[in-house]
Amino acid sequence: MPVFWRGARLALPLVVGLAPFGFVTGLITQHHGLSLADCLLMNGLVYAGASQVVALANWTHPAPILAAAFAALVVNMRFALMGPVLAPWLAGLSPVKRYASLALLVDHPWALSVTDMRKGGRDVALFIGLSVPLWFGWMVSTTAGFFCASTLNLPPHHPLFFGALAAFIALLVPLWRGWSDTLPWLVAGSTALVAAHMLPHTSWYLSSAP
Amino acid sequence: MGNESSTLAAIAAMALVTLACRCGGYFVFSRITPSPLMRNALAHLPGCIFAAYVIPALLAGPGRDWVGAAATLLTMAFSRNLGVSIGAGVAAVWVVSLA
Repeated sequence: MPVFWRGARLALPLVVGLAPFGFVTGLITQHHGLSLADCLLMNGLVYAGASQVVALANWTHPAPILAAAFAALVVNMRFALMGPVLAPWLAGLSPVKRYASLALLVDHPWALSVTDMRKGGRDVALFIGLSVPLWFGWMVSTTAGFFCASTLNLPPHHPLFFGALAAFIALLVPLWRGWSDTLPWLVAGSTALVAAHMLPHTSWYLSSAP
Repeated sequence: MGNESSTLAAIAAMALVTLACRCGGYFVFSRITPSPLMRNALAHLPGCIFAAYVIPALLAGPGRDWVGAAATLLTMAFSRNLGVSIGAGVAAVWVVSLA
């Protein structure tokens, strides 16, 4: 399965670039009083760091079940629009494998897959090869953050935290298809800006200065 | 509900909602024929999603992040190497924060 391994090789810089974000997510999880088992379960099953950080920002004991589910819905709604873009690749899989692949859907492997698809790529193994290492990397970095929460005290402005934002910025380059993208991108950015203003805690997680 | 069981319930609820987002959109679209307008909108989606992350984060963050963003974009434009570009961005932010 050479395409799978091509995806896995492409995933390596993503694993490294997103590690600081995972680390911070683990730190925050410990900080809000969740156990190691909770941390592993949340990162393994939810596997959507932004929504987890938003949910944790408003965490209480006993846990706010509805508020956490709502945070997951608001922040992760985008996945519902991202999945259909992969439809041409998923069509060749059995339903079980198709939905198992979709369960791993996150932004960066998806963006790299879309880039490959636009260049004529036809193999869903690339998406799976990108996604599986990223999941494992996420588990390692979040768990490391959880364990280091009590001992290490990285200041919130540490330049390493820029790595998460840089991963998003860098992927804008292959996604750029020409000047006709400018207006939609600006509209999307402005809408997000207004939303972030009205719903606090929704965008600061990416900023290196929370 | 006890603290630990409510925590597990909250995690399960988040996991189910997120799984529904990941699979539900695909499920719905696989059962309808998207109109040309919808196909066009979907084609624009990838860049828009990333722009929607990046622009608010840059505007909310410190000014040095713009230097990091420029370094990341330029490196990516010339190298097309994701790892190098992320590294260049972090390094640029680091240098500015030292200055």
